[in-house]
Amino acid sequence: MPIELRKVTKSFPGGGEPAVRELDLSIPAGEIVVLLGPSGCGKTTTMRMINRLIEPTAGDILIGGQNSRDIDPDRLRRHIGYVIQQAGLFPHMTVAANVAQVPKMLGWGRERVAERVDELLTLVGLEPQTFRDSYPRQLSGGQQQRVGVARALAADPPVLLMDEPFGALDPISRERIQDELLRLQEELAKTIVFVTHDVDEALKIGDHIAVMQRPGHIVQYARPAEILTNPASDYVEQFLGGGSSMRLLRLTQVGDIELDRVPSASEDMDARDLLREVELDGRGYALVLDGMRRPLRWLAQTDLETLNGPVGTAGAPVTSTIGHRMTLQDALETLLNSDTDIVPVLGRRRAYAGALSLATVQNAIQSIKARERERRLRRGEAR
Amino acid sequence: MNLWEYVKDRWDLIAFEAAQHASMVAQCVLVAAVLGVLIGVATYRSPRTSAFATATAGVLFTIPSLALLGLLIPPLGLGVAPSVTAIVVYALLPIIRNTVVGLRGVDPLLVDAARGIGMSRRRSLTRVELPLAWPVILTGIRVATQLAMGIGAVAAYVSGPGLGEQIFSGLARLGGANAVNSALTGTIGVAILALLFDGCLVLLGRLTTPGTRAARG
Repeated sequence: MPIELRKVTKSFPGGGEPAVRELDLSIPAGEIVVLLGPSGCGKTTTMRMINRLIEPTAGDILIGGQNSRDIDPDRLRRHIGYVIQQAGLFPHMTVAANVAQVPKMLGWGRERVAERVDELLTLVGLEPQTFRDSYPRQLSGGQQQRVGVARALAADPPVLLMDEPFGALDPISRERIQDELLRLQEELAKTIVFVTHDVDEALKIGDHIAVMQRPGHIVQYARPAEILTNPASDYVEQFLGGGSSMRLLRLTQVGDIELDRVPSASEDMDARDLLREVELDGRGYALVLDGMRRPLRWLAQTDLETLNGPVGTAGAPVTSTIGHRMTLQDALETLLNSDTDIVPVLGRRRAYAGALSLATVQNAIQSIKARERERRLRRGEAR
Repeated sequence: MNLWEYVKDRWDLIAFEAAQHASMVAQCVLVAAVLGVLIGVATYRSPRTSAFATATAGVLFTIPSLALLGLLIPPLGLGVAPSVTAIVVYALLPIIRNTVVGLRGVDPLLVDAARGIGMSRRRSLTRVELPLAWPVILTGIRVATQLAMGIGAVAAYVSGPGLGEQIFSGLARLGGANAVNSALTGTIGVAILALLFDGCLVLLGRLTTPGTRAARG
């Protein structure tokens, strides 16, 4: 369900400058849009106007084409999931009762509610039997936030608002729950508005990012890669901090870039034929694969020259590999720790999909930047 | 005649007076709890009105109980009416104050969560805020009960029901037969009742606060 903010303004009584000023934002259905900015930039106010926890002073908010002013606020909120920092679980209710709040308000039957609670706890990775009857304080921060997400999803709302939901978690739990949110989103395809001041979280989570500046306006609204490669202003650049290339590494998966092609052979291939291929390739080595096309050994040209007949078991075993779902950053780490300059990449079913070297990574980052530049130019012309 | 014989001799009367005392205190505290929580709920959101409510209850609280009972005789006469009124008035202050403090002490994040998932004001109050403030409110009720026990004894001054009768008649006949026994019986009886009530309220607290420690605040 898409959300559209049209010239939305919020000024608080006696607050001087408006907290949010004539803000336009269109949030496509099924995407995660991150509102990113320093504290006091109006990102939380903007989000809270969507479910009318704060009433806009002027402007319209359309949710699925319907003006939010025309919907009773309590009813509106029951159909918009809401997740806040530290989860905000009710400490006097069990986990199950917390999750059951919205379905109960919607008048679901007892059995249907109980079923839904178990389903949701499983969905967010909590064993219902263990956690159903616990109280929030018996749970870790990460587990509490999972329950918070389950509560927000309880009545299967098309829209989810998340206000710095993982801000209070330690880095490891945060990383894990972010991954899980992305996994969930692949399944559920909700329209999610996600507020954070953490640049890395925004880059990781967002399909689109709206960078906000005090007081209450958006300075750039774009996909993460574009924000990294082409910050709209000095402010955005400063807010992102340095290391945009390092961040691109984290944003890109190995499978997304063009990999090296190294000559490959099965064990029963004739060494002469392979030698010809290697000479043609010019790199001076080949990769020996097993019957399932999984990498076994590196074979240098000098070794090949001494061989007659099938390749067999000659060569040095492959010690490290890279998965095609790894981020370029993790791949780089593997590369730096590897004893070879080039490392095979494993695709589906761990089959050989290509190879990666430092030069390949470098080329990939440069070509991503070039591609973004080109996209920008083309859009500039279209305008 | 020693105290033991005195009590044994008049057991029926003393038991009757104790029951009356207990029933009066219980009913008054109940009324005060309902009124106090309502006043607290009505005023806690605005610092000004809640300050006004606690200040008013505070002023009433500073009137000595004998004086208040005396002042209540012209409009209400003698007996149950002035006694009950005085006890309720005294019991209100701790309950109003603790209700306001308890409700204000509820983490704003939780109220925000309640509103954010679509609870109405009233539902948020009854499902989230009041249950969380309950341990604090209950503490107020316990204090109010102890107060009501004492004021209930003084209420015998206006011919109110209860164990105060024993104390006052004893004090009036000081030096006479059984005067000390009578005053002692009343005093000890009130103390025992107070302990019993407090025990019941502690138990009530245990039974009504699942999974939480006292609400913050």
